[in-house]
Amino acid sequence: MIPDSDILHVDQPDLTTAERLYLPQIVDGMKTTLKHLGKTLLLKQPITVQYPEQTRDLRISNYRGLHRLNRDEDGRVACVACFMCSTACPVHCIHIEAGESPWPDREKYPAKFDIDELRCIYCGMCEEACPVDAIELTHLFDLVGRTREEMILSKEELLAVYDETATAKPRKNPRVTGYPGTGNRPQTQTHPIAEDAR
Amino acid sequence: MREFLTSQFGVSVILALVVINVMLGAVAYCIYFERKVSAWIQDRYGPNRVGPWGILQPIADGVKFLVKEDVVPNHVDKPLFILAPAIIFVVAFVGFAAIPWGGKLALDGRMVDIQVANPDIGLLYILGVAGMSVYGVVLGGWASNNKYSFYGAIRATAQMLSYEIPMGLCILVVALIMGSVRLEEITLGQTAYWGGWVPQWNVFLHPLAFIILFVAALAESNRTPFDLAEAEQELVGGYHTEYSALKFGMFFLAEYAHMITASAFIAVLFLGGWHFPWFAWTQPEATQWYAVLTKMGVLSGKIVAFLFVMMWIRWTLPRFRFDQLMRLAWTSLIPVTLALFVLATVLVYVGRPRDPYWSLIGNVVILLTAFVSLSISGARITGRQRNLPLAHSSPLPKALGTAT
Repeated sequence: MIPDSDILHVDQPDLTTAERLYLPQIVDGMKTTLKHLGKTLLLKQPITVQYPEQTRDLRISNYRGLHRLNRDEDGRVACVACFMCSTACPVHCIHIEAGESPWPDREKYPAKFDIDELRCIYCGMCEEACPVDAIELTHLFDLVGRTREEMILSKEELLAVYDETATAKPRKNPRVTGYPGTGNRPQTQTHPIAEDAR
Repeated sequence: MREFLTSQFGVSVILALVVINVMLGAVAYCIYFERKVSAWIQDRYGPNRVGPWGILQPIADGVKFLVKEDVVPNHVDKPLFILAPAIIFVVAFVGFAAIPWGGKLALDGRMVDIQVANPDIGLLYILGVAGMSVYGVVLGGWASNNKYSFYGAIRATAQMLSYEIPMGLCILVVALIMGSVRLEEITLGQTAYWGGWVPQWNVFLHPLAFIILFVAALAESNRTPFDLAEAEQELVGGYHTEYSALKFGMFFLAEYAHMITASAFIAVLFLGGWHFPWFAWTQPEATQWYAVLTKMGVLSGKIVAFLFVMMWIRWTLPRFRFDQLMRLAWTSLIPVTLALFVLATVLVYVGRPRDPYWSLIGNVVILLTAFVSLSISGARITGRQRNLPLAHSSPLPKALGTAT
């Protein structure tokens, strides 16, 4: 039971005479819209972004668009096929098939890495879950396709997205390579593409 | 041939062809203009992709309407369903016949009227035609055999019935003070000047009647804030829910044709039609072809100004609730127009039907009386119809329990 002292009574204010007669209110409203009309016509500053020609300045660092699979310093896929992202994914849009790694610094690598971009909700959970920062969301948002199959991106396509966006959005630095502790390179080594971006 | 072309009949035929085609184009461009105005009011660009500044947009829209599938649902009353858009479209256009576009033209030593028809009852003709426009809406709603369409049609009927009364009374005021129901004579009667420079337009005599006629015209052409017949939030699309393709397009265009007819009508009744003061070419004496063209331009300019105000209102005001709509007509507009009508009859009786001082004083007195009586009675057009009980005086649960 809420004590009476805690109840705040709020009265709706009565309509003023002007509000009741309505005509002054109409005049006020018309003034507002005329002001906007004059501003748009004279100053030529509509707020519309003319999309295909102009684009908004996206906050590239945290925009959640199309995925990419990062490459490590040697240009190899950084993913270690740990399945953390596909487990974290709320809509199960990531399909990974692991294979034995051909490289000595990790045990597994993704033989297949497909993301169904139609099913994805771009929540970024995969990015959060990845222990080696291999999967990231980029600022690309205008993905189109003619068939559903086309919208399932393969490992190669996701790596291509990385190549396309590495300049605009470099991979995090210092980054993790392989499982922590198993890497054989100092972690301060920088990536040539990331170097260019800076 | 020349004999025919320079006769009144020949001129009327040519003018009818010109007017109908120009109007068909104009209603399409009205939609473009409406979209542009709404965009400017909302800080946007509006259509700007089809052609420079988007000026080919109406053509693209027309092609879209033409090539879309024309669905006639199984459950509709087919003859009426097809008839309804035709009626509303035709009725919207026949009103143009009596509009005096440009006074008289001297042709081969004769005078011809630049008017498709000059009936003795021009005023009543337009009033009657305007009243028929509701048939399209009612038949469309009825034939659709759909409860939302039918609700829209019922609303339209009640609305038209209510707003015909203030509209008719305002028109009666004009007929009384002009002593004529011929539209050409009503225009001519407004071309003199007071004190040599103020044009004797009826709007300066009865501004209140002008405003009320404008409001009623908005209601008659189903424009916001009176577009309850197609309130999409409540009625899907209202009377045209079941229509598609060109049939829908005809309903859509008819609304704009109505706006143009109503604008032309109000311009003739209250703003002197083709008369533009202090300019020799737009005086009744000027009958050369260039003067006639100028007069047509002046009337068109007045129509465009009205159209702009209608669009401006549409993008400013919210839609009325139905009880507010009825209250506005029956408790505000009709009493005020009745008072205006009495004022006009008294002025006619004392032999000064166009006396500017007494007309204006009468209008101001009627407006102030209406405002004061509204303030005293606490009646209200919009908003809450009565105050909620004060929270202090009655505890909240009780207040919610009682019907207020």
